[in-house]
Amino acid sequence: MLRAMIDHDHYPDSLIRDVLRRCRVIAMVGASPTWVRPSNFAMKYLQAKGYRVIPVNPVAAGQTIHGETVHAGLGDVPDRFDMVDIFRASDQVGPIVDEAIRLKDAKGISTIWMQLGVRDDAAAAGAEAAGLVVIMNRCPKIEYGRLSGELSWSGVNSGIVTAKRLRAP
Amino acid sequence: MTERPKPGFETRAIHAGARPDAATGARSTPIYQTTSYVFDDADHAASLFNLQSFGYIYSRITNPTVAVLEERVASLEGGRAAIAAASGHAAQFLAFFTLLEPGDSFVAAPNLYGGSVTQFAKSFPKLGWHCRFADPNDVEAVDRALGADGKAIFVESLANPGGVVVDLEPLAPLARARRVPLIVDNTLASPYLCNPIDWGADIVIHSATKFLGGHGNALAGVVVESGRFDWFASGRFPAMTQPDPAYHGLTFAETFGDFGFTMRARAVALRDFGPALAPMNAFLVLQGIETLPLRMARHCENALAVASHLERHPKVAWVSYAGLPSSRYHALARKYLPKGAGAVFTFGLKGGFDAGVRVVEAVELFSHLANVGDTRSLIIHPASTTHRQLTDEQRTAAGAGNDAVRLSIGLETAADLIADLDQALARG
Repeated sequence: MLRAMIDHDHYPDSLIRDVLRRCRVIAMVGASPTWVRPSNFAMKYLQAKGYRVIPVNPVAAGQTIHGETVHAGLGDVPDRFDMVDIFRASDQVGPIVDEAIRLKDAKGISTIWMQLGVRDDAAAAGAEAAGLVVIMNRCPKIEYGRLSGELSWSGVNSGIVTAKRLRAP
Repeated sequence: MTERPKPGFETRAIHAGARPDAATGARSTPIYQTTSYVFDDADHAASLFNLQSFGYIYSRITNPTVAVLEERVASLEGGRAAIAAASGHAAQFLAFFTLLEPGDSFVAAPNLYGGSVTQFAKSFPKLGWHCRFADPNDVEAVDRALGADGKAIFVESLANPGGVVVDLEPLAPLARARRVPLIVDNTLASPYLCNPIDWGADIVIHSATKFLGGHGNALAGVVVESGRFDWFASGRFPAMTQPDPAYHGLTFAETFGDFGFTMRARAVALRDFGPALAPMNAFLVLQGIETLPLRMARHCENALAVASHLERHPKVAWVSYAGLPSSRYHALARKYLPKGAGAVFTFGLKGGFDAGVRVVEAVELFSHLANVGDTRSLIIHPASTTHRQLTDEQRTAAGAGNDAVRLSIGLETAADLIADLDQALARG
């Protein structure tokens, strides 16, 4: 698949919309069982929007978050998943991306997503070379909310100018 | 994956933030005249209260009509997010409450709207916030005033009332070096004439009562966040970077990233102090913004015509309008306000204070009142009104000395405005 170089400072809405439409099952690395952590409520939000979110967190392996069993690593997830969503510090990203590249075909992974404040350009380049789409320093909950118009309810500039009703990705 | 180019200012002035109503398809932005919003269930309610879902709770915090205004102004200023308030003064309060702790200080230009000088110098100290004033066009003076503990720099891009243009560009690196936000009140310029964020501002404040609304019929204020200030790298704003016990340990800069400041201003300052904007007023300001580009162009054209005429008038001692080549701020105006130097300026009469008062009383078409940025032309004597509570030194520093008369030029026929001033000057 031929893909233009992605500018990781400016993602076109069409790319984000395409990712959020295509990826229906998300493995969330760093999902926290603590209900006040952003990963916990991002997971809950995405579930409410129809995504299946599988939590991955070695510290919480075996526990249940929002009805889903937590797995220790990406390789322990029994089901296929489209996206790896990384809620870890930037310096922890490399090995997670390496594992995602190894599991790409077995699990059907198409996309690596790094959360707000998380960015690793070297890991991203490796994933892109392996044919994966990479989004960095964004939150899928915020992006879903932005594209569907929900984020505008809080006065955030969606950047979307249209005379059509907004539709969820 | 081709993207449309970023829409132009005029397009965004009409469309940004407004989409056909999700439920009804209503094309004009509906006035959501409601205090509160029904929850789906208890879990939904809890997640909204905890800021874990997007949604409406209570119109003191968010309202769908107000939200359109917020996104509209954020877009026009090139910002990431915005929060509206009941007035420009309320907007300033929300911004400073979100930044400062008791005992903190900040630096402001002395040439500000008189009400802002009073808010900063008289009322803020009661909250433990201290303002030091320094000439904004002297970066070293601003730096000295900032000292080790100053936590923000506040200026007006185009100062009220004196026709003073602030040199924004050198202030941005100073603010960055000191790890404090540069706050710019852009009320008199409006986002059509100047976008302070392009010059490095971190926060932009508007009294939307003025040119944004533009019709003198609704009070409103807006705070715009650029989204570029790195709260963690600064480390000087614990409210942004430390867990908030009132929200179960949520950290605003972590959870909301580049719109964390707006979220905290809303979820703490607006929630707890309550200067919310009424949806009807948000609607009126939105209606005004749709024609902002057309109005500002005509405001500037008329102002230049009137100012040029006054400058040649034998009874006029001086005119302070940055659009005139004689102004010491003309070069700065050409840099920061290339489309026009705004429509508010001052002039002085050779007959001094008394002559100024007589002109204010003798005009027939100009309205004598304490506002600016109306379709109607306005006149006032600042020293006895808007800048009354300042000392003589403060008034002079603010460009509102005893002989100064302030005009806000409206959209009437320029020749009629000139004729009215001529007849008033003849009687003065």
